[in-house]
Amino acid sequence: MALKIVKGSIDRMFDKNLQDLVRGIRNHKDDEAKYISTCIDEIKQELKQDNIAVKANAVCKLTYLQMLGYDVSWAAFNIVEVMSSSKFTYKRIGYLAASQCFHESTDVIMLTTNQIRKDLSSPNQYDTGVALTGLSCFVTPDLARDLANDIMTLMSHTKPYIRKKAVLIMYKVFLKYPESLRPAFPRLKEKLEDPDPGVQSAAVNVICELARRNPKNYLSLAPLFFKLMTSSTNNWVLIKIIKLFGALTPLEPRLGKKLIEPLTNLIHSTSAMSLLYECVNTVIAVLISLSSGMPNHSASIQLCVQKLRILIEDSDQNLKYLGLLAMSKILKTHPKSVQSHKDLILQCLDDKDESIRLRALDLLYGMVSKKNLMEIVKKLMLHVDKAEGTTYRDELLTKIIDICSQSNYQYITNFEWYISILVELTRLEGTRHGHLIASQMLDVAIRVKAIRVFAVAQMATLLDNAHLLTGNMQRNGICEVLYAAAWICGEFSEHLENPMQTLEAMLRPKVATLPGHIQAVYVQNAAKLFATVLKSQEGNTDGTVTQDTSQLMIERLPVFVQSANLEVQERASCILQLVKYIQKLQQKDVEVAEEVSALFAGELNPVAPKAQKKVPVPEGLDLDTWINEPPSESESEDEQPKAIFTKEEPKHSRARHTEVDEKELARRREARKQEQANNPFYIKSSPSSQKVYQETPGVDHIPVIQIDLTVPLKVPGLPMSDQYVKLEEERRQKERAEKKKKDKKKRKEKRSGRGKKHDSGPESEEDITPAHMVDIVTEEMPENALPSDDDEKDPNDPHKALDIDLDKPLADSEKIPVRSHRAAEAAKSPVEDRDADGIATQLPKKKHGKEKREEKKKKDKDRERKKSKDEKKKKKHKSEEKDGDLLGAEVDEPVVQSEEPSQASEPPTSNSAEVSDLDFWLSNAPVPSNIQEVPKVAAAEAASAAEVISGGAQDSEPDEPKDAEMEATKPSKHKKKKQKKEKEDKEKKKKKHHHYHHHSDGVGEESVQNGTVEEEEEPLPSMSNYCLLAENSYIKMVYDIQGNLQDGSQVVVSVIFENKCDSFLKSMEFNVLDSLNSKLQRPEGSGPHDSLAVPFQLPPGVSNEARYVFTVQSIVMPQKLKGTLTFIVKTEESSTHEKLDFKLHFTCTSYLITTPCYSDAFAKLLESADLKSSSVRLEGVNMPFHHLLARICFHHHFSVVERIDSCASMYSRSIQGHHVCLLVKTSGQTVSIDAKCDEPMLLGNVLDEIKQTFSQC
Amino acid sequence: MIKAILIFNNHGKPRLIRFYQYFTEEMQQQIIRETFHLVSKRDDNVCNFLEGGSLIGGSDYKLIYRHYATLYFVFCVDSSESELGSLGLIQVFVETLDKCFENVCELDLIFHMDKVHYILQEVVMGGMVLETNMNEIVAQVEVQNRMEKSEGGLSAAPARAVSAVKNMNLPEIPRNINIGDINIKVPSLSPF
Repeated sequence: MALKIVKGSIDRMFDKNLQDLVRGIRNHKDDEAKYISTCIDEIKQELKQDNIAVKANAVCKLTYLQMLGYDVSWAAFNIVEVMSSSKFTYKRIGYLAASQCFHESTDVIMLTTNQIRKDLSSPNQYDTGVALTGLSCFVTPDLARDLANDIMTLMSHTKPYIRKKAVLIMYKVFLKYPESLRPAFPRLKEKLEDPDPGVQSAAVNVICELARRNPKNYLSLAPLFFKLMTSSTNNWVLIKIIKLFGALTPLEPRLGKKLIEPLTNLIHSTSAMSLLYECVNTVIAVLISLSSGMPNHSASIQLCVQKLRILIEDSDQNLKYLGLLAMSKILKTHPKSVQSHKDLILQCLDDKDESIRLRALDLLYGMVSKKNLMEIVKKLMLHVDKAEGTTYRDELLTKIIDICSQSNYQYITNFEWYISILVELTRLEGTRHGHLIASQMLDVAIRVKAIRVFAVAQMATLLDNAHLLTGNMQRNGICEVLYAAAWICGEFSEHLENPMQTLEAMLRPKVATLPGHIQAVYVQNAAKLFATVLKSQEGNTDGTVTQDTSQLMIERLPVFVQSANLEVQERASCILQLVKYIQKLQQKDVEVAEEVSALFAGELNPVAPKAQKKVPVPEGLDLDTWINEPPSESESEDEQPKAIFTKEEPKHSRARHTEVDEKELARRREARKQEQANNPFYIKSSPSSQKVYQETPGVDHIPVIQIDLTVPLKVPGLPMSDQYVKLEEERRQKERAEKKKKDKKKRKEKRSGRGKKHDSGPESEEDITPAHMVDIVTEEMPENALPSDDDEKDPNDPHKALDIDLDKPLADSEKIPVRSHRAAEAAKSPVEDRDADGIATQLPKKKHGKEKREEKKKKDKDRERKKSKDEKKKKKHKSEEKDGDLLGAEVDEPVVQSEEPSQASEPPTSNSAEVSDLDFWLSNAPVPSNIQEVPKVAAAEAASAAEVISGGAQDSEPDEPKDAEMEATKPSKHKKKKQKKEKEDKEKKKKKHHHYHHHSDGVGEESVQNGTVEEEEEPLPSMSNYCLLAENSYIKMVYDIQGNLQDGSQVVVSVIFENKCDSFLKSMEFNVLDSLNSKLQRPEGSGPHDSLAVPFQLPPGVSNEARYVFTVQSIVMPQKLKGTLTFIVKTEESSTHEKLDFKLHFTCTSYLITTPCYSDAFAKLLESADLKSSSVRLEGVNMPFHHLLARICFHHHFSVVERIDSCASMYSRSIQGHHVCLLVKTSGQTVSIDAKCDEPMLLGNVLDEIKQTFSQC
Repeated sequence: MIKAILIFNNHGKPRLIRFYQYFTEEMQQQIIRETFHLVSKRDDNVCNFLEGGSLIGGSDYKLIYRHYATLYFVFCVDSSESELGSLGLIQVFVETLDKCFENVCELDLIFHMDKVHYILQEVVMGGMVLETNMNEIVAQVEVQNRMEKSEGGLSAAPARAVSAVKNMNLPEIPRNINIGDINIKVPSLSPF
């Protein structure tokens, strides 16, 4: 015995490791639980040992048991012990266990703070890594607050391994401690450009996650992400960024425009399906956010749909699924593009994969039209019959109803058909959507008056065959339709052919087995039918029918009077007495029909479900004020009701209720049981109820037979919907034939009866008129109802707290608390740490919370103040605008500045600067996608910028901004206003240059795209990169060349064709004679000399733009390509074939792409030896320096890196990655440009071109 | 964000569970059961995405899974993760396991749950993707394993599963998670 104990304590303690435990469990399959419980006992013993190795082993085993579902939280303290071991092996086990079973309410977490901090600052990067990993799983608000600063420091760790973990964990810290977001954000942003791809990817990950929840705060990062998107090759990063853009575009349509081009390129070029799919998704989001109509947009949609079709047709089910998913997004905005793929989607309904079938069903919803509704529903009905498994069948059922009832029954042309579909659906076995069918029946019958006769007839048959439905009604909800049937038959009984028969059907004894609420409707509507019968027999001297009816009622109703359901009982007994009384009157030959039917006179109107909610609150009524004095807070809740009610209203029910004590309750219960036992009609819910039920004399002995309806029954008298499909088709054909004869006027009259008319359907659909005059009664709404609902956000969403303005500069109070040891902190003077939260942490927890709240409040206030300020500013701008003169720009600046000091402690807002930075980026960078607008806007902007700056020089600006960035943002600040002004100008001149922006589609009021420059009006020449290509009396061609961001060997030539004559230009064909170096890209299959058709025709006075892609090999030399445009001039009488030769000039500038560059990167670049330098001097340049820079930026695709006084560094990059750096200096009228580039020839040519630009002006 | 990662076998026995959101142990087991129920009844040639599953999620979440021989790898992700990307991630994870365990099979996962966790920690951290480069992951795992070895490991007696299996006389389980053989079709996630 003693030996056994010794062996046990030594062997087991040291030998049973995780593997032994697992093996043991596998060997004890039969008594696993027992075995594990002994193991847990052992583990408990092991944890009591002092040896840390034993403890770690025990904790490791606990982690395994946790996976099997055992609660191991009792060992939390031991886990902390193991975590704090100095050995990596044990530490790792400890942290793993902690990450698996710690959570916010684990109390020992409090003890870990210092240990984790120690580990974070460990010299061993893997100790730090393990701590970060563990912390990411169990970080609490307290830990986040205390450790935020340590983690911040780690974001700049030397090891990328730590950096990426630190970056990722920041997201968790932000969630738990939102105050840390603003101070940490600049560093996080920095990490987007970390040299290590892993860190970069982590930063993208975190920012995407943040931005997804509060996208508007991250709009200002769009340029940075755009740069990443065009430069990154990591698909994970690309996917994240592209997904992020999908979230940002709805907020900024201009961003979408900028994105389309690179995304389309990616779609074309990528081989990774995941990336392709996300690109398509984001393009869809862009298209949704943009107002469609531009020609290149429809091309994008076509591209997306086409790519999705490829996905759907793929044999890989995953791609098929995703294709359908994305298709449903397009469907919302561009249903027509999807509708053409109906065949494919219907095909997917037959897929063996349920996920895919469900997706296809979703799509069908948006694809129906008046034309194909019947066909689609017919197909779905087939699927309903075939479907296995009730879930899918129920899904089908709801979809059928959804599809038919959508937009107020927009697509239903034949309601008889719809009713018969509904009736057919009632034969579905085991569906739980009986109530859905029922509500549809009710809705249609009430709102479509014309259908009532038919509906009533159908419902009567349904009631007659109720036994078919109720066969297994205990198991399903299909009997709900009887509720609808009974109500419809009763309410619209005047349409019944044979009310007697229906009445009989409704009073069958078997009805008593239906659920109570249905019985109640039966009883009530039996009374309605009774009234109808009486009325129909009125004047008929032979009173037998009425007598019989009364007799029937009196015979059958007692069953319901005995019902267990209160509602049924009440109605039945009431009606029974009524009928008895009527019978008496009848026997005296008194005419009663009039009075009886008066009971049910009047028509019920449909009321919208939201009607109650929408009743506007009358003025002066405040629903939130107390009716009585509010109870004082000191009273406990229990006392409240008594104190109020017992004093003032001692008889109040609630007060009485509380007086009932347990004894009394027990007594009553006993009495009730007694009563129930004596009541022969009471059906007990005990298992023996069946017996009781059969013995009771009052209830009929009808055994409940379950009828198995596997074969769809054809019930006589119930029409099959197919019949109606055929009828409808015949009708439509006939109508089509007749329509030719009839004039349209009549049709219009007919159609005007429709409650709602949608004009989204294609024209051909409009021709299909409903079968009969359909009057869809709209639901009633209260007067003055507000049109829209405001949807509330979930107040518990943790991301709500992260809705923080990140562009606002940091205030002093917003620092992450730097915590050293508590003792040291206590010694500090309170003044010292007032700025940090540090003060809070040494106070008791409660206080801390309070302070936090206060701080938050303060912040909110700040934000509000800023908002109002911004608004004020806007107003000011507006009022200024009204002056509409050029001085507006100059006048404005001092006003804004005078406003700023009045905001006392507030630092000047960089917010607006950031935003306008974004504006600048969105509108300025020349991306070919924006075609015509961009250059114009840029021109306007550059002009305005130059003007403002030149004005600013003379202006008495108190604080001349010194750094280049401020300078750069300033012009754009003015830009908005300026553009508004221009818009005004433009409106004045609208007629004059109407032709010029005929297809700018008006993206919104603030859209800058519409701003065009009025050349005569501007004091400075506007800048446009479009230069004349060729011109004759018919046509004028201007062109611009842009490098392709995605492909180093491609440039895009945008050509604007303008029709100058009064004739119609068509069949335009564009051809270029390729050189060895440059080739026009022609579609596959065409020869090297074939011309390309211009994809549009030009009516007189209209211009339009086409783009052509050229591939180039060497970009160091400018070159010219000869080309020809042929076209047909069509006049009323004749058409002539014309031709225009041109020369396309590819300058070296056109191979440069505006690429932002940061000054540190720029400095590094210059230091590297492999750049060749060159310089050029420009004499007699008579323009302000800003203006000069703006010109270089605009015409030669450079960006300003840094600017100091009269000296600026600029940067650009060629499509093949050559760096071009400029140093521009000015003194007087001489401008010297020193340049460096890794390709001397390219540099020389670019400089020549710059020189030429300035010699021209 | 990834909400949970579950690995269980064809019988629904959990081999690794990793929740990035707190659930009680009881709830965790229920989730595993439900997820297994959902996933196991699907054919191998249907799509790898599943919506629903009342326990995990809401409409924003999807189950993305792969079935390798005897094991199911299930990721529960929200809409910020790309569907195909997540499938790729599972593949990366499994291939990493294959490298670290040299022809991984279910038994490796059974006996070395802790090691699987350590590998997973290098792939996903706190529900966010940490690293997708397999070589990098393997390198980091190996460095840490070396550190453990230099410290003498846990209990100084290296107990490989292989030895454990030998002593156990278990019915032979085919070691066929070999990626090369099964050759699951990864929709060309090429240059990751």
